[in-house]
Amino acid sequence: MRLYALAVYLFLYIPIGIIALFSFNAGRHAAQLTGFSLQWYGKALDNPFVIGALKTSFTVALISATLATLCGTLAAVALQGMRGRARMLYDAALYVAVMVPGIVIGIATLIALVTVFDAVNPLLLQAFGAEAPQLGLGKGSLIAAHGMFTMALVVVIVRARLQGMDRALLEASADLGAPPMRTFLQVTLPQIAPAVLAGFLLAFTFSFDDFIIAFFVAGSETTLPIYVFSSIRRGVTPEINAIGTMVLVASLLVLITAQMMLRRRAR
Amino acid sequence: MAKRFMQSQPIAELREVTKRYGLVTATSGLNLAIQPGEFLSFLGPSGCGKTTALRMLAGFEQATEGAVLIDGQNVNGVPPYLRPVNMVFQQYALFPHLDVARNVAYGLNQRRPKPAKAEVAAAVDRALEMVRLSGFGPRRIWEMSGGQQQRVALARAIINRPKILLLDEPMAALDKKLRHDMQIELKSLQRELGITFVLVTHDQEEALSMSDRICIMGQGRIVQTGTPEDLYDRPQSRYVADFVGRSNFIKAEVAGREGDLLAAKAGGSVIKARGGEGLAQGSAVTLSLRPEEIRLAPAGEGLPVTVTHRIFLGEHTEYHLQSKALGTLVAVVPRGSEAAGALAPGAEVVAQWRDGAALALQAE
Repeated sequence: MRLYALAVYLFLYIPIGIIALFSFNAGRHAAQLTGFSLQWYGKALDNPFVIGALKTSFTVALISATLATLCGTLAAVALQGMRGRARMLYDAALYVAVMVPGIVIGIATLIALVTVFDAVNPLLLQAFGAEAPQLGLGKGSLIAAHGMFTMALVVVIVRARLQGMDRALLEASADLGAPPMRTFLQVTLPQIAPAVLAGFLLAFTFSFDDFIIAFFVAGSETTLPIYVFSSIRRGVTPEINAIGTMVLVASLLVLITAQMMLRRRAR
Repeated sequence: MAKRFMQSQPIAELREVTKRYGLVTATSGLNLAIQPGEFLSFLGPSGCGKTTALRMLAGFEQATEGAVLIDGQNVNGVPPYLRPVNMVFQQYALFPHLDVARNVAYGLNQRRPKPAKAEVAAAVDRALEMVRLSGFGPRRIWEMSGGQQQRVALARAIINRPKILLLDEPMAALDKKLRHDMQIELKSLQRELGITFVLVTHDQEEALSMSDRICIMGQGRIVQTGTPEDLYDRPQSRYVADFVGRSNFIKAEVAGREGDLLAAKAGGSVIKARGGEGLAQGSAVTLSLRPEEIRLAPAGEGLPVTVTHRIFLGEHTEYHLQSKALGTLVAVVPRGSEAAGALAPGAEVVAQWRDGAALALQAE
């Protein structure tokens, strides 16, 4: 049994380890180790395409995570106040959204967006003439698709926290003279803050690392995962290894922070 | 004391208050006037509607029918944050993200316009002093013991000088010794503040020891309201006699009246009981006899009984007795007054009580 577990872990982590290892390789060829060097990190960070993709990924992740956190938190609070059938329906829809494979979301979002664009763009042309702004795939559609998906994540995380919260705290606040909005700001929000922050960090990492959904809705934009994917078609270079390792370390750091936030007790 | 209250305008009133949750009726037709400055308890078993009554005063629940009045104003539909009452919650509901001082200050800080910081700080100090927690202001809530947390909850609830302080089973989470100390402290705090206290409890000892008046509830209704002495000495039903203190219940038949007393036949002998006015001869009656009214004598006039159990409880001893005529009885004998030393199980003795010790209740 132990051996089996060990094999599973090796299978999971050896490829990642190899990527990290070869990112420090001095030689050009990924096949043989010739010495330790940080040159590929330098090369990767000098590459304007990498920096451009990094900027796109960062912007998209930041905005989509912010939107998802805002909407997700409000949705979670609203759901907490709901009862019966309607709540069950929303709950089910949320969990389905979390579980649907990325590729399905990617294709579905693409089709939905294109349909809407096709319907709206002629109207815009009619209304504003030839100079009319046209809707198209790009950062906007990336942010929308990521934001929608990660919002479900945020709702699930914040809900868990809300459910663990003592309802009497809200009553105590009302009893002491705070109207509902102030109760939300002064009691509910501080209580769920760790979950909200954790939700934001998870949403950010998801968007930053996502390839599948981005691949469908990015249009002409290039996010970091899309850049890596397209470079790999020209062969795996140590530069790609370096990028992969950097993304891995950054994502891990964020995820660990999120976990710590979720573990931190209210008291 | 109760008479003094009766003359003034009530601080709160329930008029025919009914609360339903769907098909479930939590309280029905509650009528009660709460007098300013009194300590009133709702006492009853769980599910009797006492907490619902309290929550309707606080504003967490709204009456389905009838009116709730506070200080002469109908407050139906008025949310909790606009009502001049404050509550001490069962599990205290202290804000874990705030320190003790900021928990206590919470109520003052909700006032608009906001009071000055120095003013709030001074009020917090005074409130903490009142509950003997001076200097605990900067502490975190989880650094406080259960008893201390309760004092914080109390300080937080009195800082706004509410017209009524509502207490929802505030001692339920404390151990027995602490509970007793807290009861005395709560009572003296109430005297000091002169605020009306309304307590909900299922603990009769708690209700008896602190209240000016007790409102006994059962199955969503008010069964009887009165001073603790009233309820103990003159319960109007078996339910009350059983809930306030303990009692032996004896099934009997009305034989007639002898002066102020009612003569009732039970198991071949005649018991002279208080009350029972208007009961017709021959009708069934239940007699309530408090265990401490029964004296045990080695011989003489009275009811022959056999001791089945002897339970030593320190300041008094409890005897379980079996009689051929009246079945099982419980007697409580104070320490030092036991007739012939301790009576062992199996001892044959005579149970005696004075005329009028028993109380006639409506038979059920």
